[in-house]
Amino acid sequence: MVAKLTTSERQSAAVILLLVALAGIAMAAAGRNEAMGVHGLIVILFAGALLYPVLSAFYAPEPTEDRQASYYDDPIKVGIALAMGWAIFGMFMGVWVAAQLAWPNLHFDGAWSTFGRLRPTHTTGVIFGFGGNALIATSFHVVQRTSRARLAGQVSPWFVLFGYNLFCVLAVTGYILGVTQSKEYAEPEWYADLWLVVVWVTYFLLYIATIARRKEPHIYVANWYFMAFILVVAILHIVNNLALPISWGSAKSYTIWPGVQDAMVQWWYGHNAVAFFLTAGFLGMLYYYLPIRAGRPIFSYRLSILSFWGITFFYMWAGSHHLHYTALPHWVQTLGMTFSVMLLVPSWASAGNALLTLNGAWHKVRDDATLRFMMAAAVFYGISTFEGSFLAIRPVNALSHYTDWTVGHVHAGALGWVALISFGSIYTLVPALWKRERMYSPALIEWHFWLAIAGTLIYIFAMWNSGILQGLMWRTYTEEGTLAYSFLDSLVAMYPYYIARTIGGAMFLLGTAIGCYNIWMTIRLVPATVPEEADLPVKDAVVAGE
Amino acid sequence: MPEFFHRKIERSAIGFVLAIIAAASVGGIVEIAPLFTIDETVEEAPDMRVYTPLELAGRNIYVREGCYACHSQMIRTLRDEVERYGPYSLAVESKYDRPMLWGSKRTGPDLARVGGKYSDAWHVAHLINPRDVVPESNMPAYAFLARTALRTDDLSDHLRAQRRLGVPYTDEMIGNAAADAYGQAAPDSDFAAGVSERYGEATEVSAFDGVASRLTEMDALVAYLQVLGRLTSAAYENTAAPQEAPNPDN
Repeated sequence: MVAKLTTSERQSAAVILLLVALAGIAMAAAGRNEAMGVHGLIVILFAGALLYPVLSAFYAPEPTEDRQASYYDDPIKVGIALAMGWAIFGMFMGVWVAAQLAWPNLHFDGAWSTFGRLRPTHTTGVIFGFGGNALIATSFHVVQRTSRARLAGQVSPWFVLFGYNLFCVLAVTGYILGVTQSKEYAEPEWYADLWLVVVWVTYFLLYIATIARRKEPHIYVANWYFMAFILVVAILHIVNNLALPISWGSAKSYTIWPGVQDAMVQWWYGHNAVAFFLTAGFLGMLYYYLPIRAGRPIFSYRLSILSFWGITFFYMWAGSHHLHYTALPHWVQTLGMTFSVMLLVPSWASAGNALLTLNGAWHKVRDDATLRFMMAAAVFYGISTFEGSFLAIRPVNALSHYTDWTVGHVHAGALGWVALISFGSIYTLVPALWKRERMYSPALIEWHFWLAIAGTLIYIFAMWNSGILQGLMWRTYTEEGTLAYSFLDSLVAMYPYYIARTIGGAMFLLGTAIGCYNIWMTIRLVPATVPEEADLPVKDAVVAGE
Repeated sequence: MPEFFHRKIERSAIGFVLAIIAAASVGGIVEIAPLFTIDETVEEAPDMRVYTPLELAGRNIYVREGCYACHSQMIRTLRDEVERYGPYSLAVESKYDRPMLWGSKRTGPDLARVGGKYSDAWHVAHLINPRDVVPESNMPAYAFLARTALRTDDLSDHLRAQRRLGVPYTDEMIGNAAADAYGQAAPDSDFAAGVSERYGEATEVSAFDGVASRLTEMDALVAYLQVLGRLTSAAYENTAAPQEAPNPDN
């Protein structure tokens, strides 16, 4: 892949990697007695591992073909591989921590392996590792095809992809070492956060420059969502992570936001990480891969506009529903609840738009598990957004908050929506990218589909039961007017559901492993094919008159 | 007409970017900015004290271990919560908390008012192996805390960073941070008096982990757990609280 870069591009890649390695050396020296020093070594190793292929092909002959005449798919291929790798890691950690809740000695007396340290490796592994890599890879694919233009950079896509993965590695290793801000879904410490800002700004510039090269007058709807994802995640990440390190050599920092303001900023961030990372970006996937796979145009352009701007505007108000009945002022809670309920309109507009797009293609849904992944994702999206609006209503939240119901709700969205749409998109993308005529085994896609559906249903039914039971036990009174159950009574009642949840999660993980095998065999064994329509960007000359 | 307008903005990348930023900014600004300007957001509590260096170190261990994943520190304004855990939490009680640790999940009970509810010895035994004292518990064992010496050489840096963010630590507190951390866990030492002098007579000075000669992470975490809900008694005043504040002397 390095051989496809010109000499000057190879030079810039080498210089960037050397600078990263130097930063790693500085971290290792400044934090030599601390976790930050370990992170410095990890940065050096990461840069060194990438420097090796760059330097070994440094003097290879320059590429001769006209690169603008083809799409840039190499970073997408690597991104898909990284996404599947992180999926296995993140879901394995999820099954492990789920098992720890049922069998607490499964941390084997280690400090690094306690629930508190491993739980964020699961959330970061699946959200940022799996979800983030899937988003970067598919966004690179979608923006090129819908703009009919090649990515606006040769080195920058690699910088975005590997830089982002370096962030994920620093995050996950940090938790195990005890480096965390304990801000939910924003756990990484200040230097990892700063690094992500650099990577993310590059991502934005690359994306917008590619859109600027488009040969289509209109920006396709999938790109609206990817742009909203990139932009708003940048805003959320920067504001929520403003912090003061105790010294340049220490991983420890203190957030600038105190107490109640921190709570509001944190859940403004936390809920919109759901909105713009786990929803907007994946809706971008949905709006491209679902119509492609179904062979049908999007049902309604107007619904697309309504749902896009509804989601972009309403979601940012909804975070305070995480803080009902707390010390956050009542008026903010009420605003959050109101907008959360209103959010149902754009959310169902998207889900409905997706399902109505399938009209005329339902026989394909029956026969093609890949399309069924996307159909099921749209259904779960509809279900979990309804549940979200419902749980945001204050009296409902009184029962559900702090219980497993929230966990079940999150997984209805994360497994049922985010993971299923990703797998559907990846199964569509892999044969197209590697120019294979089909996936290796349709039967294995069926297996993956049904394991994923069964695992998700077992998981969310277990958590609905445990959450509602727990919430009811906490508020049950005896006839004498005293609390009927101790906290411990409610914990003991949870054990069967924690075991069921572990089984559901393990089934989902097994499905993902089958998916990895199927993708690997597709690349290795399925014969190459020439696509019927040329999958090429539009040459500048063709649209010179535009 | 709106459709016509949209067909125009979706032809301009920069226009679309600006429109997204505009639409997405409103909610956050309206909900966050007033929290700094409306005075009633955080109550007055003249008796509120800052965390001692040992308690702050304990809090940072709580942060490091991710305890918030299973324990909330926010008692809601609901009858059953007030009866189970104590008076509902006030905003002022976390005004020195960076980050706040209100949490979002109770796999274990709320800890906002756990201070003074159990003895130091109970906490130590529970942290070493929770199932020794609560057989049904699914909490991990934190025995390594009792084996790990507490790092004190950077405590002044911690206090200084907190002061730059607005926590009222004095120069004296910052200068004596390491000595105060040692003194708070060694009641018979010469350093113990300084802790009461700087942080108030009510500050608990105790060999938290049962061994006065050695300062461990267990000392710090137990000191923090014992001060939870006891930095101010504001929550017990005019809030129809059914209980009295735990007596700091027991």
